[in-house]
Amino acid sequence: MVTRKGIRANLGLAVIYLIVFALGLVCLLPLLNILALSFSSSEAAAANLVGFVPVKFTTAAYQKILEDRQFWRSFGISVLRVVLQLVLNLILIVLMAYPLSKSKREFRGRNIYMNLLIFAMLFSGGMIPTYLVVKNLHLINTIWALVLPGAVPIFSVIMVMNFFMGIPKSLEEAAVIDGATPIQVLTRVYIPCSKPVIATITLFSIVGSWNDFFGGLIYMTKVANYPLQTYIQSLSVSLEDILNSGGSLSSLVNAMEVSSQNLNAAKIVVSVVPLLLIYPILQKYLITGIVVGSVKE
Amino acid sequence: MGKKVAKMGGAARARGVSSQRMYHVMMLPGMLFVLIFCYIPMFGVVMAFQDYVPAKGILGSKFVGLKNFSYMFSLPDVSRIFVNTLVIAIGKIILGTLMAIVFAILLNEIRCKLFKKTVQTIVYLPHFLSWVVLAAVVVNMVNLDGPLNQLLELVGLGKINFLGSNVWFRPMIIATDVWKEFGYNSIVYLAAITAIDPGLHEAAAMDGATWWKRVWHVTLPGMLPIILLMAAMNLTSILSAGFDQIYNLYSPMVYQTGDVLDTYVYRMGLISRQYSFSTAVGLLRSVVGMILMLTANGLAGRFTDRKIF
Repeated sequence: MVTRKGIRANLGLAVIYLIVFALGLVCLLPLLNILALSFSSSEAAAANLVGFVPVKFTTAAYQKILEDRQFWRSFGISVLRVVLQLVLNLILIVLMAYPLSKSKREFRGRNIYMNLLIFAMLFSGGMIPTYLVVKNLHLINTIWALVLPGAVPIFSVIMVMNFFMGIPKSLEEAAVIDGATPIQVLTRVYIPCSKPVIATITLFSIVGSWNDFFGGLIYMTKVANYPLQTYIQSLSVSLEDILNSGGSLSSLVNAMEVSSQNLNAAKIVVSVVPLLLIYPILQKYLITGIVVGSVKE
Repeated sequence: MGKKVAKMGGAARARGVSSQRMYHVMMLPGMLFVLIFCYIPMFGVVMAFQDYVPAKGILGSKFVGLKNFSYMFSLPDVSRIFVNTLVIAIGKIILGTLMAIVFAILLNEIRCKLFKKTVQTIVYLPHFLSWVVLAAVVVNMVNLDGPLNQLLELVGLGKINFLGSNVWFRPMIIATDVWKEFGYNSIVYLAAITAIDPGLHEAAAMDGATWWKRVWHVTLPGMLPIILLMAAMNLTSILSAGFDQIYNLYSPMVYQTGDVLDTYVYRMGLISRQYSFSTAVGLLRSVVGMILMLTANGLAGRFTDRKIF
């Protein structure tokens, strides 16, 4: 039996579906726009004819990218940077999280280390002093300028530490009785038990370093050394901006070669592909990342 | 027997000492990086009290006391930049939180699994894309001849230069940030909603409570601890209005309303090379930021069962 109340409830539900659908569309359409641009002819793109479907479909922009050496160089730098940073992050985070997960009695000095880390998270020297340290270490224009300053993401250390604290002590005790050293306990007991949190910090690290453009912007003085995001960012900078900011000749030449909108759109789409590839895995660990992110008392 | 126990105790102690040493060794590499890239720059803030000359270095440069700070407060730029930072950051926090909560409540009502999953996949995506990419997306959407302005023209509202106007720039920054993050931010609220005992909803429905009433009296109170925790965490970002986003969307035309602390520090320091002045602005930001984080952590500890650190 259909009551008036029932109809009203259904109507309400329909409105909810509609709003949620609209919000989904609002997120999707701008992304479709750039995808459509990348597959449209450069004339159509320049004439602003492209909405959410390609106009005069062509893969010309993508063919052009294939021959773009700077694009692939930057792509390679980004890949290398992600790999180096990930390896460094994982090793350092796990090594630090394990002793920190011990109590003050089991690891004397634990609280001193902890306070040092928390203070470093709370207070930073700021942009310029950090820049000068990197410069004085002669890291400018090397890949290490992108990797080393972010070698220890303190928040991730705390996250893994919290997870380690939740692992039953009896597992470790059993291993110790069998004569395991701390390193063995870590690699054979703790790490195998911590897959979700390790997956989460892995994804944080990959997404963070792939998306970072600021490191490239301040630590690289030559376009040839730009990671992908910084390279793409430099495409949208106008000639005037470069002249005003006293930019180098190479960045000027780079900007002059900036061609049609559809080519830039295609470059952006290609830069997003690696993230889309890991996106299904990312989604799986979304919740872990947020829930482990705060300390339950 | 007693002898044996004592012997084992000694062995355990020996093992304890050796694992102590091992623990310190494990901490060493990470702490070395923290020392070099966090603590040494902290000593670099001395520059804020100097007239720093790169050729002389920190040890050779002249100390000038609080000159950089009094200069900072004498500039009309700086108060404007503080206002811009606060307006943009607070706007983002309030609207972003509201939007995420509303979206989570609505999404929770969706029963069709496939529809729900599809929408979630789409709205979470922008969070993982960089502002370099999304700025290009936004610029394409809102430029003078872009789809949004074409639509406005069609309805007869006329074109709006969203990113080049001091009226529209801040709303645009807030709106595009909410757009990027509301989906991802809703995850934590959705988790809170699903954790609410369904019995409460049933009882309320039994008593004749409408959907609105149930949201107001059951869902929202159930979400309150998480809302408070997130509010406390958001407090920490009140001085960072989002460098990546603004840097990629602003232009000298909108410095008036869009220039924030981080972009200013960057331009003064690394473009104009006023190292000392820029460090002074950065130091002020760091100190206030630290106070905010400590406050937030205290508030989170008091009002919820979780702490940020």
